[in-house]
Amino acid sequence: MDFSLDKKHEMARSLFKEFAETEVKPLAQETDETEAFPAETVAKMAKYGFMGIPVPKEYGGQGCDPLTYVMCVEELSKVCGTTGVIVSAHTSLCIDPILTYGTEEQKQKYVIPLAKGEKLGAFGLTEPGAGTDAQGCQTKAVLDGDEWVLNGSKCFITNGKVGDIYIIIAITSITEDKRGRKKKNFSAFIVEKGTPGFSFGTKEKKMGIRGSSTYELIFEDCRIPKDALLGPEGKGFPIAMHTLDGGRIGIAAQALGIAEGALERTIEYTKERKQFGRAIAAQQNTQFKLADMAARIDAAKFLVYRAAMAKATQKVYSVEAAKAKLFAAETAMAVTTECVQLFGGYGYIREYDVERMMRDAKITEIYEGTSEVQRMVISGALLR
Amino acid sequence: MKIVVCIKQVPDTKGGVKFNPDGTLDRAAMLAIMNPDDKAGLEAALRIKEETGAEVTVLTMGLPKADDVLREAMAMGADKAILVTDRVLGGADTWATSSTIAGALRNIDYDLVITGRQAIDGDTAQVGPQIAEHLGLPVISYAADIKIDGENVIVKRQYEDRYHMLKTKMPCLITALSELNTPRYMTPGGIFDAYDEKEVTVWGRADLKDLDDANIGLKGSPTKIAKASDKVRKGAGEKVNLDATESVNYIMSKLTEKHVI
Repeated sequence: MDFSLDKKHEMARSLFKEFAETEVKPLAQETDETEAFPAETVAKMAKYGFMGIPVPKEYGGQGCDPLTYVMCVEELSKVCGTTGVIVSAHTSLCIDPILTYGTEEQKQKYVIPLAKGEKLGAFGLTEPGAGTDAQGCQTKAVLDGDEWVLNGSKCFITNGKVGDIYIIIAITSITEDKRGRKKKNFSAFIVEKGTPGFSFGTKEKKMGIRGSSTYELIFEDCRIPKDALLGPEGKGFPIAMHTLDGGRIGIAAQALGIAEGALERTIEYTKERKQFGRAIAAQQNTQFKLADMAARIDAAKFLVYRAAMAKATQKVYSVEAAKAKLFAAETAMAVTTECVQLFGGYGYIREYDVERMMRDAKITEIYEGTSEVQRMVISGALLR
Repeated sequence: MKIVVCIKQVPDTKGGVKFNPDGTLDRAAMLAIMNPDDKAGLEAALRIKEETGAEVTVLTMGLPKADDVLREAMAMGADKAILVTDRVLGGADTWATSSTIAGALRNIDYDLVITGRQAIDGDTAQVGPQIAEHLGLPVISYAADIKIDGENVIVKRQYEDRYHMLKTKMPCLITALSELNTPRYMTPGGIFDAYDEKEVTVWGRADLKDLDDANIGLKGSPTKIAKASDKVRKGAGEKVNLDATESVNYIMSKLTEKHVI
């Protein structure tokens, strides 16, 4: 069992680190302040293949593994949580389900431009009345001749208005079981921006990841071709759950990056900041807190990397992904909170990165399955 | 068209230079990077490749770990890589280095050889022109722009206060300034290919052509480094408050006293 990275992964990390420091870090504060989607950064990432890292070369990707992709999200998130989630939602929630469940035609048509970064991807499951309880979804798709007709809405959608290709989960039938209980059957669809009847609601004003484009998606008699169905009809729920297993590894990497970024800045700051005539890093309270944070971050890192390796080698990796996301997200929240505390009053000021990082960290405990959902997944496997 | 780019793995001096107690560079304590001028030379070669379909080979002489910069170059887009490494080549100064690299280049077909102007560890700017001398090639140093024009290259040679536009027939050698361009990043897929698909050809002393043993390694190096040190801080100097005429007289007297004039 080897816990060190091999040379190619080390080099990939150095690439992501250099890119993040040079291209992303200088814009992070402004992206947060203005809530503007960092389109130029996304174009640069597309140029260097960051939008299709774990995608096979024949589909326009880089032909790398999930671990490389995870390190990319991690390094980006060390300096900017917004940039991290853009790559994560695009790759894990849109490209991955098409690669896994799509027909050859769908892969050719959608994965190639997505992986090259010519198109941006998004995923819509959550609705105003259905978050953790995904069965509460109301959006419907009805087959009418050669077209599906979509009606309903999806909310809190990452890459919402800037996306080009959307994976949408909708009810396609309702069946009754033996006891007469009604059960919704979902299907997954690929919907293109610009389809008549597909529009956007208001932009969400968020606490963190403020440059990320979060919108409501509205479908009003939106007609999409019959072959826009992704995977078998009625299998939308397992497709969505499997997609989220992968997505959680991306968000776990984002959380890990945020925690690491906050700790890096705090180490620098505690060496410079003087109180009672010496640097606060010389005080044992600071030292012990830094030590606790570093140990916790390492534990999170191993869980995240293990989940990435599980995705590369196993068919099912729900529990590994749930553990990684649960622990990394709670680590990000705890670490950023502690970092703000060590910064004191300055930590509460927007000029300092840790203030933004603490706000960015919170969402990692919520989206793509709350920490409570991760506990359900983990305990469900324990008690099966 | 075939281009060879000579690159060097150097210690990153961004975080300051670190020395061993004996005055030699503590390379282990510093991050190893591709020399910036060489990287600009590689970028120039890759742009020519995009325009003309040229084949780009990177060549380095160094320790086995210099494999890293060759893989990096391939991850940026270089097609082939050659590592010249051998114990007997160690401790080379610019003469021995250029002789050795010329010995390697004699084995290769090329139209254009690009080197960096100088390496950030030695700062001599001698190796590129010396290679050209060994091989009897025309050389254009300090390139700030390179254009391919049929069998010729047109190079903007940068000086402090002016530039020359020079045209020469290939084969030739050009030394590149880091101001030449902004080198591209690697790509993740390029990195995987560099390690999984591509090979680094390794040459030892025996593989080098028409090379005299008197011109290699420490023994073949006429330059002996007595001591290397970090920049020594100058003293605070002397401050005087005088009027213009008195100031001139004072400075003149000091210069005379120090035998400067």
